[in-house]
Amino acid sequence: MLCENCNKKPATVHLTKILNEKKAEHHLCEQCATQQEGVYFDTSYSINNFLTGLLDSIQDSPIKIDYIQTTKCDKCGMNYGKFKQLARLGCSQCYNAFQEKLGPLVKRIQGNEIHVGKIPRKAGGAILTKKEIKSLKVRLDEAIRKEDFEHAVLLRDEIRELESKLGD
Amino acid sequence: MTAMTKWINEVGPQNDIIISSRIRLARNIRDYPFPIALIKSKSKEIIKEVSDSVISGCEILKNEFLLQEMEFLNPLDRQVLMEKHLISPNLISNADKAAVMMNGDESISIMINEEDHIRIQCLLPGLQLDEAWSMADKVDDLLEERISYAFDEQLGYLTSCLTNVGTGIRASVMVHLPALTMTGYINRILQAANQIGLAVRGIYGEGTEFAGNVFQISNQLTLGRSELDIIGNLKDVSRQIIQKERDARATLIENSKLQLEDKVCRSYGILANARILTSQEAMKLLSDVRLGIDMGIINGIKCKNLNQIMIMTQPAFLQKLANKALSTNERDTRRASLVREKLGSE
Repeated sequence: MLCENCNKKPATVHLTKILNEKKAEHHLCEQCATQQEGVYFDTSYSINNFLTGLLDSIQDSPIKIDYIQTTKCDKCGMNYGKFKQLARLGCSQCYNAFQEKLGPLVKRIQGNEIHVGKIPRKAGGAILTKKEIKSLKVRLDEAIRKEDFEHAVLLRDEIRELESKLGD
Repeated sequence: MTAMTKWINEVGPQNDIIISSRIRLARNIRDYPFPIALIKSKSKEIIKEVSDSVISGCEILKNEFLLQEMEFLNPLDRQVLMEKHLISPNLISNADKAAVMMNGDESISIMINEEDHIRIQCLLPGLQLDEAWSMADKVDDLLEERISYAFDEQLGYLTSCLTNVGTGIRASVMVHLPALTMTGYINRILQAANQIGLAVRGIYGEGTEFAGNVFQISNQLTLGRSELDIIGNLKDVSRQIIQKERDARATLIENSKLQLEDKVCRSYGILANARILTSQEAMKLLSDVRLGIDMGIINGIKCKNLNQIMIMTQPAFLQKLANKALSTNERDTRRASLVREKLGSE
């Protein structure tokens, strides 16, 4: 259906007016509709508002006012209120600072929470090393519990070596 | 001026329907605030760090890449780069902090301090998503030799906007779908694309209209799927769309050959003779003529490559050619004469 006013654009606004018990229907495009007397609707739609609008509707952790004002990223100074307004994070540290709220939001936007795909060699290497250290520490605890000190010393050296590699 | 831009001048696979393929990767450098929270002096450090790692990383690339800081580029030249799809509007609005590095044939552009510190873009003619990915992947590896990326074990590559987090990849194709539009099937195709997680936009990105039946189709989600999955999905959909457009073209020839020829030839007649052409009218008529050339209805035109005309008739490009600022009316006149010249008979 085309807009009855300009006859050019598709009619996307369907208006029912009841005046003095007389009903009239109008089918207009958005542009013509905004020019109609007595019609107000918000056209200031933006993707930013939309994304961060989701924050308020996330059910599992209701927003407290002091969260908005006091939760702040130490690194770049971005606070939660500003993030909501800009829909952009200020630095990689913000992901930690707003973790509580971002987790569910990421899930909503992306439908996923875990990265699959390319891992950078450098940063990725450190991640793998950290994982290895973690599992070695578990084995070390086990060795100590079993009083297998010979093995424990070997594990301890291995952990130290990996940790010094991480520190480089 | 378009002479060196690969996607505009060269022909790629399935070029009659797929105009170009693009891969964009979003990356950030660890320990620097994202561009939105960046002060100018820091932004210069980032430009230096990125350009150093491109130039010193590889002997071959040393002379290939040219660094251009946005603040030293005049507004018209910025606009021309945008019209050639080499930089984004966002890079221009960040002009005081941003830069771009491009290679000789402009198939690779590295935007610095756009929404993220680094946006690697590879743009090729026709359906060449795998090739574009392989180029982007290599550039990414090269940068990573010197740069430490902001990367999280769980969330992947960290980006300023949550819509890019994970792989940071945006794969897209620019497609010309006149027959699907004429036959009215286009809406169903667009709906279907949306349902499987693809976004459809006009060619100049968000909020632009579908000028000249040209659509940009891209992945929406970036987290939880590998790059190859994302590209594979878009490739499959592109192949299906190509088939549907071909079917629609065949249907048009079968059922309304004369009407189609009439439409195409009328549009050609206007383009070949008009003295005043608005950008919108030019895009619309060029779409018909492109279809006419692809279907063999129009023959013997000087310029076979309508991509060139499509880009050269954009506002900034016309002004660049004229070497001066032009009013809208002047542009419409110049556009008409450029099109007449390009579309003249051999």
